[in-house]
Amino acid sequence: MSDAKFFQRGKIQELRLELNSDKKDRNYTRKKQTLKKIVANMTMGNDMSSLHPDVIACMSIPVLEVKKMVYLFLINYAKAKPEMAYEAIQTFRRDVEDPNPLIRALAIRTMGYIHVDKVTSCLIQPLRHCMRDQDPYVRKTAAVCVAKLFMQDRHLVENAGFIDLLREMLVDSNPSVVANAVAALTEISERSDHIQLQLNMSIASKLVTALNECSEWGQTYILESLMFVVPQEPGDAEMLAERIAPRLQHANSAVVLTAVKVIVYLMNYMSREEDIHSMCKKLSPPLVTLLSSGPEVQYVGLRNILLVIQKHPEILKNDIKIFFCKYNDPIYVKMAKLEIMFRLASEHNVEQVLSELKEYATEVDVDFVRKAVRSIGRLAVKIESTAQRCVEALLELIQTKVNYVVQESIVVIKDIFRKYPNQYESIIGVLCENLDNLDEPEAKAAMIWIIGQYADRIENSDELLDDFLYTFLEETVEVQLALLTATVKLFIKRPTAGQDLVPKVLKWATEEVDNPDLRDRGYIYWRLLSTDVAAAKAVVLSEKPHISTETDNMDPVLLEELLLHIASLSAIYHKAPTTFIPHCKPRFLIPSPALRRQNYNAGRTLQHQDSYSSLHNSAQYQQSQSNNMRSQRFDGDDSGNGGLDEFVSSPKQPQHQRLSYHEQSFEQVAEASIGNQEYYEQKINAENPYRTDTAAVGGSQANKGGGVDLMSFDL
Amino acid sequence: MISAFFIYNQKGEVLISRLYRQDLKRSIADIFRIQVISNTDVRSPIITLGSTSFFHVRHENLYIVALTKWNANAALIFEFCYRVINVGRSYFGKFDEEAVKANFVLIYELLDEVLDFGYPQNSEADTLKMYITTESVKSERAVMEDSAKITIQATGATSWRRSDVKYRKNEAFIDVIESVNLLLSAQGNVLRADVAGQIMMRAYLSGTPECKFGLNDKVLLEKDPSNRRKTSNTVEIDDCQFHQCVKLGKFDSDRTISFIPPDGEFELMRYRTSDNINLPFKVHPVVIEIGKSKIEYRILVKANFSSKLYANNVVLNIPTPLNTAGVTCTASSGKAKYVPAENSIVWKIPRFQGQSEFTLTGEANLTAMTHKKAWSRPPISMDFQVLMFTSSGLLVRFLKVFEKNNYQSVKWVRYMTKAGNYQIRF
Repeated sequence: MSDAKFFQRGKIQELRLELNSDKKDRNYTRKKQTLKKIVANMTMGNDMSSLHPDVIACMSIPVLEVKKMVYLFLINYAKAKPEMAYEAIQTFRRDVEDPNPLIRALAIRTMGYIHVDKVTSCLIQPLRHCMRDQDPYVRKTAAVCVAKLFMQDRHLVENAGFIDLLREMLVDSNPSVVANAVAALTEISERSDHIQLQLNMSIASKLVTALNECSEWGQTYILESLMFVVPQEPGDAEMLAERIAPRLQHANSAVVLTAVKVIVYLMNYMSREEDIHSMCKKLSPPLVTLLSSGPEVQYVGLRNILLVIQKHPEILKNDIKIFFCKYNDPIYVKMAKLEIMFRLASEHNVEQVLSELKEYATEVDVDFVRKAVRSIGRLAVKIESTAQRCVEALLELIQTKVNYVVQESIVVIKDIFRKYPNQYESIIGVLCENLDNLDEPEAKAAMIWIIGQYADRIENSDELLDDFLYTFLEETVEVQLALLTATVKLFIKRPTAGQDLVPKVLKWATEEVDNPDLRDRGYIYWRLLSTDVAAAKAVVLSEKPHISTETDNMDPVLLEELLLHIASLSAIYHKAPTTFIPHCKPRFLIPSPALRRQNYNAGRTLQHQDSYSSLHNSAQYQQSQSNNMRSQRFDGDDSGNGGLDEFVSSPKQPQHQRLSYHEQSFEQVAEASIGNQEYYEQKINAENPYRTDTAAVGGSQANKGGGVDLMSFDL
Repeated sequence: MISAFFIYNQKGEVLISRLYRQDLKRSIADIFRIQVISNTDVRSPIITLGSTSFFHVRHENLYIVALTKWNANAALIFEFCYRVINVGRSYFGKFDEEAVKANFVLIYELLDEVLDFGYPQNSEADTLKMYITTESVKSERAVMEDSAKITIQATGATSWRRSDVKYRKNEAFIDVIESVNLLLSAQGNVLRADVAGQIMMRAYLSGTPECKFGLNDKVLLEKDPSNRRKTSNTVEIDDCQFHQCVKLGKFDSDRTISFIPPDGEFELMRYRTSDNINLPFKVHPVVIEIGKSKIEYRILVKANFSSKLYANNVVLNIPTPLNTAGVTCTASSGKAKYVPAENSIVWKIPRFQGQSEFTLTGEANLTAMTHKKAWSRPPISMDFQVLMFTSSGLLVRFLKVFEKNNYQSVKWVRYMTKAGNYQIRF
């Protein structure tokens, strides 16, 4: 008998009549059918709550299926109709005493879902009994129930001694009970202000023993909890990692990735290089194997691999081939693979990588093609020996005349010029053929930068700039800044050619434009030029700092934090969880005698002693970063974005654009139903100013090629 | 952890909706419909709006969706979605819109059981079937008597197996199924070649059998000095993963595979190898673009395995440009025809003897195009099945069954190699 027929809109009145009908109802078939109709309507989103007296009346029917449907109804509507929950209390009281453990567990489980004070207060006593029930199934259900209760009323849980009861459960004889108790404790610890889970070695060792007998999910919970072990001696870390390592062979990727997380964490506390090395060796094969799972898990795996290989470059360094994209990979998998390919590219394999990238650049998906083109340019910057071939490849791509390919190529060629000055000027002619097709600000700004930089080599540079200047006031700030600087460069290099343009631009920049950045830069140039031309020359044409793909590396502090979150959402987005999860506790490496010194900032381990000093320190870190920025800012050589992109090789402008594009498309819904989106957006900026900024300075990989992260990450 | 779980059909209608936490409302279901189902360009399986994250997996004509407001374990959530599909298939044969609608009440029961407060619990179909049953006629009395057994089963160390299994004839079937992946460059170089293998087992064994399973695994055989002579015939396994019944600790210490199998069919292990791959087919494509109106094809396929074996259902997909007007082609065996909907020539060879070779010659006529974008030349892809052949050379050496009743058991083994991603660029 199929239940599909119940999937149609039912009238409340009719359903009520059916429930109350006096007709003979053997085995309650009729009642069951009516209840199914009600559940189907609930699923479709029709409000059935007004039926509550009639549904509650069915609770007395001694059929498990009926009971489960009534409970489902209760869970759905208890909050809206608390009074109906009161009527159910009697039945719950009876059920928690039932001789059948399944019924006892069902009652406890359901009561935990009902957030009505009266029910909650009736739950405390039976819950305490159930936590010591003789049946493991009831105990494991009760363990989770404590977490439920905590979400409703944390004080109640803390004061009623449930935490201690949970702690006792950690040494329960049944592995499922242990796993659920661990899961509950972990969650409570993550959410509570003053409860912090800390496991010592002896309890950790017991948990690892329980691993062998747990269900796969239970293994994940236990592994997760091992992140709260702080090894005091290197030997502890090694022993623990050694015992967890077999989990890497598990068929469930959640177990594998969580094990990877714990092992990577424990490596921070190991002392001998050979131990670390042998662990790294063990990590590689299971990470590769993740790529034979479903595409969604592959994506999760790839994003995490990108983190792991930044910390431990020896992992997977010889496995680049498996990251080559298949033609029919989903786009998100391709994008993630591309980033890893770039990272693993080295002198030895660059030949193959380049030919793959060329292949990708002819595919159909616009974002993927762009990213491939951009990667070719970055490859040139990363590996000098291959620069010549990369430039040739880019020129070939420009010949295709596909608009976005051309623009993307020009953007990266700017970086190549920047890295290898005076080597590839011969291609400027080809670039200039495509001026008319440029319509993206980033490409325009790049081209303008090239014209300004080589103003003395390009015969008609003044004409070219003049063409661009024609639309000066309509351009984006990025392009305007580039134009301003390029024009000044032109004037300094070829005063006669630039003398007509400079006053025009300076006047526009200082009088017609509202942007303070542009205005200020205009004033500075103006005063420099009018007071001391030699000084102007020294500033504007000064030696530029080197760019390298080192700046693509993630901020080490952020990387360290993300590694503690492997497999989680934040590791996929490469954003600290505190930036998008409200009330989330930050994680950090807890100091112990065994903790290896991190060379990037020695004070880091201490600063988290209290969160205030953490903020303070990070602010300092940021400040030093911005000092760097400022010192380079007046080298007078900005491609147009406040100096920043000069050394991150890819301006952050497109990021904002993409973001706003998504915001627009989501606007209607997001505003109406989530409402607080804007709130979080502000909150992120307010709470964590340094995060986003350092990401832009240090780890701009999020910007590269308009990453996958942004697409899915619409804060 | 998971805050809500939904199943939608393709139209975006909610078929199943279950909230586990109070941090979300039912109305969130509409957001997913608008953001993902009615969006033609979905570029990630995870979407985060504000602090709510939507994870989705597509299966048949369904969207399986899990929501969280926490920095949850993404691998766990996706694995859980896959598991729901598997449990569904095990219960209903197929997990699609029809099956979900026909069994929605049962699915709610299952969801109440396998997810508690968003934490996945025991989700082994075999155990679940003991107490969540399709025929609700089972008397309450019986449930009561069984219940203690059920709860031990659902929480115990071998949660995947009931203890009272009985067969008159004890049999075990092993299927070694290899998917061989190949990416060949236009110049004929192997860019990547690897094998993803799967060992499926169907165990019809009574009681609580302890099984030991052996492969010609290089690492294992080389450890044992008595075997040193025979090691020429071994396979180097890059990595393997096991069903949760396999004792991982034991494998880690001495590389033996021992386990108490679930009853019926399950995937015992998965493995990967990239060493010494025997590619079952060689393809030599010659594709020449003549001007802007014509493309000439000459494709040669050769079977590279023993002439005693043969391959079934060999299919080659040979791409043609989007502006193809028509194709004329002849094949020396099987049938080849142009399929406009797939933009390719589909060449089917139902039976392909080992060591033989066939060719296809053809010509595609193109219509004039206004925009000048070059043809992206997608790779030729190939599909096939070769019985009793493993690309990796993997062999099953033994399967031993130990049970306290000491019964005789019959074991069968089969091998098959099929095409995974078998792609040839040209």
